[in-house]
Amino acid sequence: MAGNKILKPIREAGFTGYGAYVPQYRLPAKEVARIWTDGKAGLPIKEKAVAGLDEDVITMSIEAARNALARSDLSPTEIRAVWVGSESHPYAVKPTSTVVAEAIGATPHTQAADWEFACKAGTEAIQAAIGFVGSGMANYALAIGMDTAQGRPGDALEYTAGAGGAAFIIGPAEDAVCVIEGSYSYATDTPDFWRRANETYPEHGERFTGEPAYFSHIQASAEYLMEGIETVPSDYRFAVFHQPNTKFPTRVAKTLGFGQDQIEAGLLVPDIGNTYAGSAMVGLTAILDIAEPGDRILMVSYGSGAGSDAFSLRATEALTDRREAAPDTLSYIKRRTEIDYATYARYRGKLVLK
Amino acid sequence: MTEISDTVVIAGIGMMPVGEHWELSLRHLGLDAMSAAQADAGGLRPQALYVANMLAPVLSGQSHLGALLADFAGMRGVEATTIEASGASGGVAVRQAYLAIASGAIDVALVLGVEKVTDKASGQVQAALATGTDSEYEAVQGVTPSAQAALLMQRYLHEHKAPNDSMAGFSLTAHQNAVTNPNAMFRRAIQPEQYAKAPIVSEPLNTFDVAPLADGAAALILARASALPNGNDRPQVVIAGSATATSALAVHDRPDPLILTAAAQSASKALMQANFSPDEIKLFELHDSFSIFGALSLEAAGFAQRGEGWKLAQNGDISLTGDIPIATFGGSKARGDPGAATGIYQLAEATLQLQNRANDNQVSDAAVAMTQCLGGSGATASTHILRRAN
Repeated sequence: MAGNKILKPIREAGFTGYGAYVPQYRLPAKEVARIWTDGKAGLPIKEKAVAGLDEDVITMSIEAARNALARSDLSPTEIRAVWVGSESHPYAVKPTSTVVAEAIGATPHTQAADWEFACKAGTEAIQAAIGFVGSGMANYALAIGMDTAQGRPGDALEYTAGAGGAAFIIGPAEDAVCVIEGSYSYATDTPDFWRRANETYPEHGERFTGEPAYFSHIQASAEYLMEGIETVPSDYRFAVFHQPNTKFPTRVAKTLGFGQDQIEAGLLVPDIGNTYAGSAMVGLTAILDIAEPGDRILMVSYGSGAGSDAFSLRATEALTDRREAAPDTLSYIKRRTEIDYATYARYRGKLVLK
Repeated sequence: MTEISDTVVIAGIGMMPVGEHWELSLRHLGLDAMSAAQADAGGLRPQALYVANMLAPVLSGQSHLGALLADFAGMRGVEATTIEASGASGGVAVRQAYLAIASGAIDVALVLGVEKVTDKASGQVQAALATGTDSEYEAVQGVTPSAQAALLMQRYLHEHKAPNDSMAGFSLTAHQNAVTNPNAMFRRAIQPEQYAKAPIVSEPLNTFDVAPLADGAAALILARASALPNGNDRPQVVIAGSATATSALAVHDRPDPLILTAAAQSASKALMQANFSPDEIKLFELHDSFSIFGALSLEAAGFAQRGEGWKLAQNGDISLTGDIPIATFGGSKARGDPGAATGIYQLAEATLQLQNRANDNQVSDAAVAMTQCLGGSGATASTHILRRAN
């Protein structure tokens, strides 16, 4: 049943380069609790990454894309698609992707478009890129998941709504640092989290975001994928799930049969927060930084509204050398400048100046 | 007092698990409970349907539940109506069914309590609940049921010089009893340390003092004993006493807010009708929407002196093996608070006790039970006494 639903292109594809970006500022969750609950709130993570005054999804995407290019040993003119998934595109109308494409030198012979599917816009772009490359329409495509996530001041989301993401170049498997064995996509109309047009902050359906949304979709997509390509959790050395907080990915991993040792390397949310469209993807970069050739990796994203994309990946011999060409994800996480709530309010434009 | 001579019995019960039924609508929840009760009653056909509900008009945009649910349950044409008395709706609806049968007008009634709340965000739910207060004087000031309960608890601790953790026993007992109740929302025991560390909701109320409002539906088939078919060897559960009373709606209009006069009046009327004294009651399903109401209800019904209700929770008297077990299936605190359906759950659970069908939650020698549900902070109270017929 699941076998014929697995997404597998005619020509096998893989990641020929990958790059992460996480801004340097950190807002500890206890600082948010200090302002809003007299320090009494339970903390879903340790701290979140915050974009600086001169950063947005465009600049951060460029940083990650340059890292991916450095690892791919590829001329940017060979990239035939620049696709950026985010829920914090700086413009409502005018693409992020054209600016990114221009900045990295991929213009003008390229597709460019922005993707939106809450937190899985980036992995949706990866699947489209697999189709693009796998069909032979193009040799290389760039898919980015990047966010400077919004949280209403004082809302539960403000503790975790972070900034960061990752870029992946999808190309032919023979040139890949990591082969895509198959992927799967699962979507339903489940309104758990949304932001309407012209609204500043998103809203969420409280506990509805758990069981019927995050858990049921991730479990379904992971299980369909593994059934379809005939793998079991123990086949994977690593697994990474969308991580809105520490508890959810830890619990869904356990439910699916993955151990803490399999998810530890990709579980970045305690230190950088929920990077939304970048969440599972930046977790994957941290795994690729340490994976050995032959290691299998499961990546499962989740996007509110709702859907989940699952990918079965296998690291190749090329990974070991190529990853040295750009800063590893851990170095971005260690590059840390702590800020207080007032600085955060200023950096994130939460003070109304006119 | 009018003598009600014709015996009314509970012929069948049905309960849905209380919880987050994202996948079920109001009508489906109701239907499942009604079907279960009818099956339990051996297929008795009701001549009237009474629906207890308090939040559907605000939270689901749906009133007129009598016709809706009668139709949906395949009883199109039957007499049907909605009964609303805030959290006391369930008990009040049972009383209407009881009166209809006792009057001789009908022989069999179906009483359904149904509440669907989890499709809305908590702010909307709190605002809906606040409509059960004296809205122009209380809700308009921002008072919610939680805030009212907190004020009452504060006053109680102050006046009776009770320790800060005096209400802990209600929560601990409820959670303990819910472990073995398959219909309960929280089937996990809690420890005193967990209670002590729980986050404050509205000082001095903490998380474990507040029952979780959730989706639920429960139904009862009430019947005139003489209308029952022969051949049912289950012990019959007789409604021996039934009474509803009210007090001032606004808490500030009550001479002493720590005395639940409606609860006291309805309990004493029901006991008098049933001809029992409090010490003959083997279990008491009271309304623990907030732990403070556990203490106040025990005092109002005559199980404890004023200011001493909390001691029954502390010394174990309210446990399944104690002198006056309460919340025997977890109560609103741990079984879950199904709003207007609370009274129906209480009567269904008491019926299981009297028929020796309570399994791990069985209270030994449960021959007489009392149930009492409260509307809001006790402005309406509906009390029933159930007796096992020989």
